[in-house]
Amino acid sequence: MASTGTADAHSEANGAASVDGVRRRDFIEIAAVSAAGVGGLAAIYPLVSQMAPSADVLAESSTELDISSLEEGQSIKAVFRKQPVFVRHLTPDEIKQANDVDIDSLRDPQTLQERTEDGHHNILVVMGVCTHLGCVPLGAAEGENKGEFGGYFCPCHGSHYDTAARIRKGPAPKNLQVPTYEFTTDTTIVIG
Amino acid sequence: MSFPWAKNYEPVNPVMKFMDEKLPLPRLVYNAVGAGYPVPRNLSYWWNFGVLAGFCLVLQIVTGVVLAMHYAANSGIAFNSVEHIMRDVNWGWMLRYMHANGASFFFLVIYIHIFRGFFYSSYKAPREMIWLLGVVIFLLTMATAFMGYVLPWGQMSFWGAKVITGLFSAIPLVGEPIQIWLLGGFAPDNAALNRFFSLHFMLPFVILGVVILHIWALHIPGSSNPTGVEVKQESDTLPFHPYYTAKDGFGLGVFLIIYFAFVFFFPNMLGHPDNYIEANPLSTPAHIVPEWYFYPFYAILRAFTFDFIIEAKLWGVLAMFSSILVWFFLPWLDKSPVRSGHYRPLFRKFFWFGLIPCMAVLFYCGGAPAAEPYVMISQIATAYYFLHFLVILPIISSIERPEPLPFSITEAVLGSDDSAVIEPAAKAAE
Repeated sequence: MASTGTADAHSEANGAASVDGVRRRDFIEIAAVSAAGVGGLAAIYPLVSQMAPSADVLAESSTELDISSLEEGQSIKAVFRKQPVFVRHLTPDEIKQANDVDIDSLRDPQTLQERTEDGHHNILVVMGVCTHLGCVPLGAAEGENKGEFGGYFCPCHGSHYDTAARIRKGPAPKNLQVPTYEFTTDTTIVIG
Repeated sequence: MSFPWAKNYEPVNPVMKFMDEKLPLPRLVYNAVGAGYPVPRNLSYWWNFGVLAGFCLVLQIVTGVVLAMHYAANSGIAFNSVEHIMRDVNWGWMLRYMHANGASFFFLVIYIHIFRGFFYSSYKAPREMIWLLGVVIFLLTMATAFMGYVLPWGQMSFWGAKVITGLFSAIPLVGEPIQIWLLGGFAPDNAALNRFFSLHFMLPFVILGVVILHIWALHIPGSSNPTGVEVKQESDTLPFHPYYTAKDGFGLGVFLIIYFAFVFFFPNMLGHPDNYIEANPLSTPAHIVPEWYFYPFYAILRAFTFDFIIEAKLWGVLAMFSSILVWFFLPWLDKSPVRSGHYRPLFRKFFWFGLIPCMAVLFYCGGAPAAEPYVMISQIATAYYFLHFLVILPIISSIERPEPLPFSITEAVLGSDDSAVIEPAAKAAE
């Protein structure tokens, strides 16, 4: 403050607007708020991300199944990612029923061929998770209600699936999901 | 805040004087629920349910904090730890039954409180903010109750968690990742159970915070009353204490008798036996239903069974959330200047013969199996529900001719009001 020159510089630095309305301090304010904003977002990221599946949950992501003892007309329930999987050895009658359906009339059009592996079109592997809200449909075990189309029936909200586990009636939007799987031998499936 | 004739807090005791100078907390209480809060003199017992809801919240927090001292939020031992509470912990059975039935009674009280608001149009100006905060409290309470129901890790807990988080999978594109993120896995498991416990412990305190805002907002215009006529003068009001502390206290006594009759004699009547079976991810109970207090909304969710532009599942989820979100718009959907249903002949008919039976039907259908005729009945009731709020209410408020209102609360109670004579023009204008 010894001279007018330094006093001017001082007052400008303290916030006096220059001709175009921009103050030198604006830069500091924008930089500080931006840094705090970016820092805040960076701090939120781990808080959000911690809720996603942890490494041990993701590690349980493949299941091997031996289906050598699975006779025609039988099903087994396996577990994949802590959810049920239905493996069914379809009877010729069930295959015929599935193939007789007009594909265009389906809510989620798919043929049985598309839903099974080549060379094993009589083995239907689907997640036992209703595509409506995730209940386990009935029909995989002996004596359970198979619904109006001879496949699976979800008791929670009344979705009916046909012999190819395709949605035919009720609120579910999609066919029972076919998980990623492959035949490692003729009688062994690896899901996931 | 409050009326000019409200009594002023004047501490006599030196300790209270000291306190009032340093931290005027007694003054706050005095002005909020003491003699310093003037309340309309004509409140009926329907106005008891706000205090009862507050009591239930405290009851749930107290019993809940105590139960958390014995409960273990781990999917391996959660179910057994609840049995440990029931069998081994001193008074554990009573505390758990109080907490479980407390949730049911909390919702019963809240529903009556909300429907009191519907009938007396408590949502209308100048009380919109109280109503909006109330809907927020209801949504938070539903979330808290849902997460609490998951904690015992029985069959209904597990499948309830699966179905309710499955609602989010209806959202296009991001739905499935959101569901997996919410659960921390592909199906409900330890990660989900732990976070639900954490949130179930935390959310009641958020609710408590919003309840304080709700009461704060209430104390600006003051309580509504059965006539819907605003307070004009001192003779319209009584101090909250001792008049309404006594009246609410009596109501609380009646409430406690009914509540403890359930706790001690029918503790499992409002629950589902399936929840005494440990969670099994591979077997869905034949008949999944939520707790009774979610029935109407569950019926709306299940009412959509057909695709129309978007898929049925998304319609159901949207309708279920909208059925509560529509309450946020009530202050602007019902434009009638008259508040109380007692003076609204048309509104009254649609309330008693439209909304109430519609809710009763939805309640019934929500607990019924997902089969005909319940699906079709739910569809009709759901259609009426939305028609009532979005079409019928706005039409009523524009065509209805309300009955004459009393000049004041005093006149409504005593049959005459001295100040009514002073301004005859005002009475004619009513």
